[in-house]
Amino acid sequence: MVALSQERLVSSQVVPARRSFKPSFDRVFRLASLGSALLVLIVLLGIIGAMIYGGLPAFREFGFGFITSTVWNVNEDQYGAWVAIVGTLSTALIALVIGVPLSLGIAIFLTQLCPPWLKRPVATTIELLAAVPSIIYGMWGLFVFAPLFANYIQMPVSNLVEGLPIVGTILYARTPSGVGILTAGIILAIMIIPFIASIARDILDQIPPVLRESAYGIGCTTWEVVRNVLLPQAGVSIIGAIMLGLGRALGETMAVTFVIGNANRLSGSLFDPGSTIASRIANEFNEAIGLQLNALMALGCILFLVTFTVLVLARILVSRVKVA
Amino acid sequence: MSTIAVSASSAIGNAAAADTGVPVRIAVRNLNFHYGDFRSLKDISIDFYDRQVTALIGPSGCGKSTLLRTFNRIYSLYPEQRADGEILLDGQNVLSPSIDVNELRARVGMVFQKPTPFPMSIYDNIAFGIKLYERLPKSELDGRVEEALRKAALWDEAKDKLRQSGMSLSGGQQQRLCIARTIAQKPEVILLDEPTSALDPISTGKIEELIEQLRSEFTIVIVTHNMQQAARISQFTAFMYLGEVVEFGPTTRMFMNPAKKQTQDYITGRFG
Repeated sequence: MVALSQERLVSSQVVPARRSFKPSFDRVFRLASLGSALLVLIVLLGIIGAMIYGGLPAFREFGFGFITSTVWNVNEDQYGAWVAIVGTLSTALIALVIGVPLSLGIAIFLTQLCPPWLKRPVATTIELLAAVPSIIYGMWGLFVFAPLFANYIQMPVSNLVEGLPIVGTILYARTPSGVGILTAGIILAIMIIPFIASIARDILDQIPPVLRESAYGIGCTTWEVVRNVLLPQAGVSIIGAIMLGLGRALGETMAVTFVIGNANRLSGSLFDPGSTIASRIANEFNEAIGLQLNALMALGCILFLVTFTVLVLARILVSRVKVA
Repeated sequence: MSTIAVSASSAIGNAAAADTGVPVRIAVRNLNFHYGDFRSLKDISIDFYDRQVTALIGPSGCGKSTLLRTFNRIYSLYPEQRADGEILLDGQNVLSPSIDVNELRARVGMVFQKPTPFPMSIYDNIAFGIKLYERLPKSELDGRVEEALRKAALWDEAKDKLRQSGMSLSGGQQQRLCIARTIAQKPEVILLDEPTSALDPISTGKIEELIEQLRSEFTIVIVTHNMQQAARISQFTAFMYLGEVVEFGPTTRMFMNPAKKQTQDYITGRFG
């Protein structure tokens, strides 16, 4: 026993030369990685802080009315965010309504039905769609899509529904220019499709083939396999993919600014121009001073809050799916 | 252990009966199978007898799973896989293009190596398969679900949690759920692809007992790597090697007195 402890003593005297280096390096490394992690937090807090600080005068001036007011008048220095909030939410919602079924359709086709020779071309095209800069979507939307949309959709539909209850309001264009809430929603849908589709495809690819085989094995058609087995199995993750698309749709600025029409009034019609928080900021930040700048900062805070709320809601939804 | 001894002795009895003319349920004639350019089944001709358990044994890659996967045409999910020849199920060629594969798969059920409960409740796991082909009132559906769970020896363990997810069961229970799901559709044939290879010995024992009981109603084909299992639960055994059926006969004779040297070598563990 004595000999053993002596031996340990000796060896612990020999080692320190190397050991003393190791812990200090380790500490440096730990501090460095902690620092990188903290930096992100600091940057985030800094941005939030600056936004709140910048927006505070507007909130103080208009109070809660800043959110609920539909007036945005630069000449009279009156600012309200409601039109932009509604525009942001409605364009994102339209994008999801159009984009999600298409994206899931693409993902299902690619993973379940697509002949092998067609897989690569389609998958690559989808991924290239994600690489198109948003300004290109904006230009294409304004110069190519909007005129066609005005001629072949807005005008005939407006003539058709004029005077009818509800649809007569929602789908009536006072000035069929092609730009508006619905146009922005459609462009956004095209923009979020590659994101949702490629993530949904990866998710479906990750489901073990044997689960798919056993669903086919009890005599399911492809539709039944996808509807009852694969999508529920992917469930939570698919919602994650949709969330990512929603996040992009809410914050997208350039393309929307081109095609939404940038109107400051609330309209019941999807064909009428509107604006989103991001498009409003992009339009006005250049000349904004004083209270207008504060109001734009406050708009930014709200966009932050909206995105955050969407994320929390999505999380709640995700956990609910898990339980069921 | 006693049940295993009983099933072994009944295997001997039934094998003798089979020689005196048990009807054929599946007749395979000149079956060839290709994975792309690779020919993995070579001119296979073999009969499977009505309400008997037939075991397919052989070393990995010999084609036994491939053969199994032709009976319900599950291979056709993969475009590079092709089969030609004839597989006559009650005289009807399964490989014929005019066959409705979905209906075929309801008639020829399959249980896989790993348990594959669907992402739904235990009840729905079974009801789902029934509802694909039959429109039943709720009470009758409940009855069918219970019947299937009882036959799969899962009722006592699952009856109080039918609304819980199928994933909440243990591995062995999940596999019995998959068997219940298959028999609930009242198929004619049940294909088992190494159904116990992912399970512990106790769960394996339960599944083997279950197979023994199901034999009175269904024609069963099982792929297994476990030769003791083949000996315990099957009445007929086919030994396959390199895409061919080397030897086929009553299980007792195959294990006691194989005709081919390759069979003997494999069974005694000299290769494979």
